[in-house]
Amino acid sequence: MSETTHTNYLECLLKSWSTKPTESLSWLSQLRARAIDRVSTQRLPTKRDEEWRFTDISSLADLPYQPSQPDSNLQVQDIAHLCVKEVKNRLVFVDGHYSSQLSTIIDSAALVIGNLPAFLSTHASILESHLGQYAKFDNNVFTALNTAFLRDGALILIPKHTAIAEPVHLLFIATQNEVTSYPRCLLIGETGSNVTLIEDYVALQQGTYITNSVTEINLAANAHAKHIRIQRESTQAFHLANCAVSLAHASNYQSVSISLGSQISRYNLDVRLTDEAAECTIDGLTLIADRQLADTHTCIDHLKPNGTSRQQHKCIVDDAAHAVFNGKIMVRPHAQHTNSSQSSRNLLLSKTAQVNTKPQLEIFADDVKCAHGATVGQLDQEEIFYLESRGLSEVAARNLLTYAFGAEIISRIPVTSLRQQLEQTVLNQTQSN
Amino acid sequence: MINKNSTTILSVQGLRASINGTEILKGIDLTVKRGEIHAIMGLNGSGKSTFAKVLAGHSAYEVTGGSIQFEGKNLLELPPEERARAGLFLAFQYPIEIPGVANTQFLRLAYNTVQGQRGKAELDPLEFDDFVREKMKLLDMKPDFLDRSVNEGFSGGEKKRNEILQMALLEPKLSILDETDSGLDIDALKIVANGVNQIANPNNAMILVTHYQRLLDYIVPDFVHVMQAGRIVMTGGKELALELETRGYDWISANKQSVAGVIV
Ligand SMILES: Nc1ncnc2c1ncn2[C@@H]1O[C@H](COP(=O)(O)OP(=O)(O)OP(=O)(O)O)[C@@H](O)[C@H]1O
Ligand SMILES: [Mg+2]
Repeated sequence: MSETTHTNYLECLLKSWSTKPTESLSWLSQLRARAIDRVSTQRLPTKRDEEWRFTDISSLADLPYQPSQPDSNLQVQDIAHLCVKEVKNRLVFVDGHYSSQLSTIIDSAALVIGNLPAFLSTHASILESHLGQYAKFDNNVFTALNTAFLRDGALILIPKHTAIAEPVHLLFIATQNEVTSYPRCLLIGETGSNVTLIEDYVALQQGTYITNSVTEINLAANAHAKHIRIQRESTQAFHLANCAVSLAHASNYQSVSISLGSQISRYNLDVRLTDEAAECTIDGLTLIADRQLADTHTCIDHLKPNGTSRQQHKCIVDDAAHAVFNGKIMVRPHAQHTNSSQSSRNLLLSKTAQVNTKPQLEIFADDVKCAHGATVGQLDQEEIFYLESRGLSEVAARNLLTYAFGAEIISRIPVTSLRQQLEQTVLNQTQSN
Repeated sequence: MINKNSTTILSVQGLRASINGTEILKGIDLTVKRGEIHAIMGLNGSGKSTFAKVLAGHSAYEVTGGSIQFEGKNLLELPPEERARAGLFLAFQYPIEIPGVANTQFLRLAYNTVQGQRGKAELDPLEFDDFVREKMKLLDMKPDFLDRSVNEGFSGGEKKRNEILQMALLEPKLSILDETDSGLDIDALKIVANGVNQIANPNNAMILVTHYQRLLDYIVPDFVHVMQAGRIVMTGGKELALELETRGYDWISANKQSVAGVIV
């Protein structure tokens, strides 16, 4: 895994770039060209990079998977089990390609929703002012690659003072092995709007493939968004994801992200509170086993006064799996009266399971409230005894507590059927006998 | 209520126990018969909670001597869950919070486990809901406690009520209430005491660990024991509690091992 291999890797990936159809829109071609330019000046991160200390992705270098080609004859009934009952608007992407046949768009009058290319002429200026503006690729080779290969993607625009009652479901389905897909999402919440977004990565079969996704969310003043992110890829897949969120005055962003799948996954979540009184709540659950590695890096950046952030990240790690959490909280000099709390709790279910957790507070304002804490451990003996003293066997007590540890995060999912489904998933994965 | 003909439910003899190599219980003798209510009092740190947890089977304590018979069975051979299933119940001095487990889920699991063990019918969520709501009325608990996580964010008094609710559901043969009265306001104390009195009957028995006479105004004990440095150093009737209230514990050390009033 020398540097040259890594460079070759990126070169290999880029070979197919020139063969992509060229867009007529100059700003988009320029964005893609700038991105490709940045790819060529970067390399794959290694464990020598501070941000990748614990996450060894050198095995990627042997997998220069080309972008997937649209090749799907999935029928609606094939994905029926993946549909969420409460959802009215659903966009489905198969191996990164939009499928109009599997998607259902019901309120196109109330909001703008659909595949990005469909809006390039009708919404050119709004797209130009948002797309690629939040997820920066100058120092992020995966975002650069995603932007370079940008084609299909989800666009959701909630107009001013519009509240969308039913959640919007973005379903990214992997069906091909040995390909890379480049999912892309852009959510624009205009002033006073309100929406719930489900971003859902699933596989229909086991196998090795790469997902490199980028999500951008911009909330204008007083806009609200709930963002539920579920990563349930094949356990042999690589999932590399970047999400950038920009919050304006008194806007409110709530995120629950659940990581279950992938051999190696990395999720970067960057939230910028760019104006006063913005609020965010970031909850995360990683539930992994075998030899899985799941890395979550978050950065919550308070730039202006009176912001609030609350974060809770939990990992349940079994077998020889390895979880990484790095939670940076920045409070800039002008961000007085910031109120921020962060908790990282980690449960190791086996002797060979491993967790690296690192809260990272960088506070440059003096009148702020910031609390943080991290724990790594086994189940609490007093809790086990309490349950045993009520007649539960030790195994039942352990199972219940392990489940409960994860269920606390699952319970924050605001979509009932999805929450119940995930409760069942957590239940199945935390039961031993 | 003392009844000469009733049978022994708990018999503790010469019980010694230590934690991390420190001996805390230094030879406890106690006999409890059906229908009886016993109070255990004593200074902070004298070993009351340790005794309660050893009875319930906490694995952090090592029993180094003596014996415990519960309904003729050797209790020390049983793991905690089997003690619970056999009808022993401990209301914790500090009930544990379990975030993520809904109280109703926990209560039903405990109830059905114990019911199943007794060869009785288990209840499905709907049936259980009706059943538990009735019991909650007895303790003047609001139904929304069912949907909250076990003890999480409950006030001190609410946690204690939740313990008594569990006791009411599990119908134990021997209940040990470790300072269930501490932290209760007068109204709550009356409600809890009333609940306890409704559960008490000639076939079961209770051990109340308390610091205060005021609980014993509502739940009248048949015996009062004083614990000191890991031993029961004095046993009396309900008057002993009143005497302790006025005189404190100092005078007892001088009269160690004396038995006031009743002989057990
Ligand atoms: N893990 C431990 N290691 C050493 N000593 C311990 C440990 N746990 C408890 N003890 C000691 O055992 C003694 C008895 O404690 P216990 O909790 O049984 O007292 P108590 O009578 O219930 O007191 P209180 O009235 O305050 O509830 C105390 O001195 C306590 O410090
Ligand atoms: Mg105590």
